[in-house]
Parts: sequence; structure tokens; C-alpha cells
Amino acid sequence: MLKFPIYLDHNATTPCDPRVVDAMVPYFTNNFGNAASRNHPFGWQAEEAVDYAREQVAKLIGADPKEIIFTSGATEADNLAIKGVYEMYASKGNHVITCNIEHKAVLDTCKHIEKEGGEVTYLKVKDNGLIDLAELEAAIKPTTILIAIMYANNEIGTVMPMKEISAIAKKHGVLVFSDAVQAVGKIPVDVNKDGIDLMAFTAHKMYGPKGVGALYVRRKNPRVKVTAQMDGGGHERGMRSGTLNVPGIVGFGKACELCLTEMEEETARVSKLRDKLQTELLKVEESYLNGDINHKLPHVTNISFKYVEGEGLMMGFNKNIAVSSGSACTSASLEPSYVLKALGLGDDLAHSSLRFGLGRFTTEDQIDYTIAQVTETVNKLREMSPLWEMFKEGIDMNSIEWAHH
Amino acid sequence: MAYSEKVIDHYSNPKNVGTLDKSKTNVGTGLVGAPECGDVMRLQIEVDDSTGLITDAKFKTFGCGSAIASSSLATEWLKGKSVDEAMKIDNMTIVEELNLPPVKIHCSVLAEDAIKAAVNDYRVKNGLPELKFEESVIH
Repeated sequence: MLKFPIYLDHNATTPCDPRVVDAMVPYFTNNFGNAASRNHPFGWQAEEAVDYAREQVAKLIGADPKEIIFTSGATEADNLAIKGVYEMYASKGNHVITCNIEHKAVLDTCKHIEKEGGEVTYLKVKDNGLIDLAELEAAIKPTTILIAIMYANNEIGTVMPMKEISAIAKKHGVLVFSDAVQAVGKIPVDVNKDGIDLMAFTAHKMYGPKGVGALYVRRKNPRVKVTAQMDGGGHERGMRSGTLNVPGIVGFGKACELCLTEMEEETARVSKLRDKLQTELLKVEESYLNGDINHKLPHVTNISFKYVEGEGLMMGFNKNIAVSSGSACTSASLEPSYVLKALGLGDDLAHSSLRFGLGRFTTEDQIDYTIAQVTETVNKLREMSPLWEMFKEGIDMNSIEWAHH
Repeated sequence: MAYSEKVIDHYSNPKNVGTLDKSKTNVGTGLVGAPECGDVMRLQIEVDDSTGLITDAKFKTFGCGSAIASSSLATEWLKGKSVDEAMKIDNMTIVEELNLPPVKIHCSVLAEDAIKAAVNDYRVKNGLPELKFEESVIH
């Protein structure tokens, strides 16, 4: 029996794995100590739990536990990395390179440092959602201190060539920061093999709790430092003050451990379901895949159904299926997704997109139901779409003078 | 954001979806919006030449649920009205009837514009001067 609603929006957030919750519970009640209380068993217990979690987190990304700075989430980690490097390395330069499909937490932080007098280059991605490595190298100048490129994109699921990016950075002595929120726990990420110097990620995208994340900060080859953005008690090696969220960190650790031990099996299962969903939905006439098919996270697909509008489309099944759309109507701005537009999609296709994010608890029945519902709704809405009628009559829509609102 | 019952009802059971023969002189067609803006509405009226009453109205809309509901409602209201009465349909009446939130008011504006465009198309086809309108507030 299918249980509704079906959740296919795992890029937005994931449910906590019950095993994660079990691990966390004692740290709310009996083991409530402050990890910074050095003088009594309550504090020792909390510190021990945090140390263990730090090891679990570090292991997932091939880091040393000392290189993990716990934060309130990835937005804070993005801010700390970019502003922290910008301030710490001010004597070396003020130029940062990023790309135009980064998360707002990165783009807006870059805007912030521009206001502070920094210089930012926003690389344009190619139609497949990946950056051009030659363009990246050409953008590097003597004042470049940081390359900030996301590991995987949250809307289209494309995975950037991190190894190649870091090789270029290394050649020019530039640090690499990656917002790896969507990748960590889903695909193998190794800060040493990938050559990453700083990396942001968060628990709630990998079946852990909300409100806890981490910034990886490399300790050797090279030793990286960031200027703290929060003043206080000097926690986390002075880089992030604030009492540690012990239950959250314990949950984060457990979530990382589960991702590590179950990744291979889970990826095989979920990617099979994703492929089925993608293949079946691409059989719908005039449907288009967004983002490079060969460089994609295993659990994500993003498809545009031409001549129907995304929000209208979701309304056909959103009581039973939770997905997300790049349509303008889903945001307050009335602008369609900047990520899809950056791929060179016309606004019409950007408005017509749906993102499906599968997860640990997604079943084949749910996927079969979704394929049927989406297909049916697309067909139904096309019957009432004037654009579909024009398309079927062979009318060139570019020949029409549209009244722009 | 939750939709009102009425929006959901019009979306699930839209009234008057379809196409009228635009080559007929007693059919007026209004096509408003743009694909890039995520909303395109086509509204058509068929007028009884002897009485001046709208005997049929059809729509097709590319857009969100509120846009579909606004145009579906508009076609319902148009039937049986005279062409002059049709011109008096105000977008805010649609907003109130469908309980549209502020971010969706543009859908009702689009429906009002579609009605006016359809009436004007009918007028021009029948040798009447095109009516001019002040720009609607929200564009």
C-alpha cells in the first residue's frame, strides 16, 4: 500500500534516519552537558560524544577530525569559508572566482565581499551545467586567493570536476573551497583525493538533523586558516565560537557513519529508481533533461515539460507527491530559476521544470505512481495549454508578438 | 502557500476549456501574457449578433493554478453577458471570488486583459473602433 504524500524533494531536506534520532536522544536529557565544561563528568561526557562524532564526520570525507569545524549549517559554513579566507588572506589578494549556479549562500556571500572591496569573477557554466576549465584557469590572476565551486548543484544535480579544478588551483597556489552540501553522503567525497582545502556540508541533507553542519578546513599542505565570523568563547579552534549543539553533532556523526557504510548499496538502489523515473518521463513528448546526464548525482533528475508551467503542473499532484520546480511562481520574485537560465534554457523551459530528488526511503511503487501521475497531469494541462495547441498546429511561437507583463 | 478551495475546484474541473473558430466574425479572441513570464491566456467569446449577448466563451491557459482558475472563472462569468457588460469585469472581483493571495493578483489582471482583448478583437472584426484602456495597475 502506498502511503501519501510521497516525498521526492530530498535536495531540499531529508528525514532524520530513526537510527540517528536514537543516537541523539540521550544528549537532550541525561547527557546534557556543555562540551566546553572541562571540570566535571557532564562536560567530559559531552566532549567525548562530540569527539566521536567529529571522527565519524571526518571519516566520511577522508579528513582528520581536527579539520572539522562544526557550524549551525552549510550557510554559516559558506559564509565562514568565503569571508574567513577573504579576511585572513587580505595581504595576498582580494580576488575570488566562483560560478553563476552556486547556491545563494555562496553567491550572496560573494556579493558581500564585493561590497567590502573584494573582486569576484562569476564563471558562466556551459549548457550542461559544468564550468569550462580553460575559462577557470584564464580567470586566475596574481590577486586570486580562492576558487569557490560547488561539488554538486542543488537544482540539476550535476557534479563538477573537482579534481581537475583543484589541480588548476594548486598549479597557481590558489585555495579551493567547495559547497558540497548535495554531494557529501551521496557520492564518494575525499578532500585529499579531490584536493579540496575548505568544504561546507550539512547534516539535514544526509538523514541527520537540521541546524548542524560543518566546515572542513585543511590543516596541512597547505595549512589553511579562516578569520572567525562570530566572536565569543573561542570554540572550534577559535574559528567558530558558540556552545556546541551536542545532540545535533551526535546525530550528524551518526548520519555520516550510516552514509559511509551504506553508500554503495544505497546508490545502486536509488540510481536504478532514478534512471527508471528519468527514462519514463523523458518518453513524454517534448520533455527535456536539464544538466549533463553523465555527471549527475545518483538520486536527482530535473526535467522540463515544454508548454506546461511548473507550478500549475505540481498542483495536479502535490497533495500526493512532493517535488520542486524552477518555475517563477514558486518563488516570491516571479523570476524563474537562475540555475536553469544559466544553462541557456529559455524562460519557457525554465518555467516548465520539475526537480525530483529521491532518497533512502523511496520505493519502486512510489516511482511508478509518480511516473503515472506526472505523465497524466502533463497531458491534461497540455489539453488546456494554448502554447501546446500552437505547437501542434506548427505555429512558430517566436513569430508572435507577446504582451510582456 | 495553500490554494483556496475555489482555485482547486477550477483547476481540477476547469470550465469551458477549448477553442472557438477564430475565423468567424462573431468570435473575438484575446491572447495575453508571454511564455517567458510563465503565463499565457487565450480567451475567446462568441457573440450573438442580433442580441449582442455572449453565447459561448472558451479558454486555454498556460500558467499556474491561479491563472487557470482565473480564466476558467472569467469564461463562466462571460456567458450570457452583453459585450458592454463584459468590459466591466474587474480583476479585483476575480481576486475576491477566488480568494487569490497578493502574489497571484497578476493572474486576475491577465484574465481582465484577456477579456478586453477578446472584446476588442470582436469589435475590430465588426467595424467598431478599438477601445483604449488605462494600463492595469500590476504589470
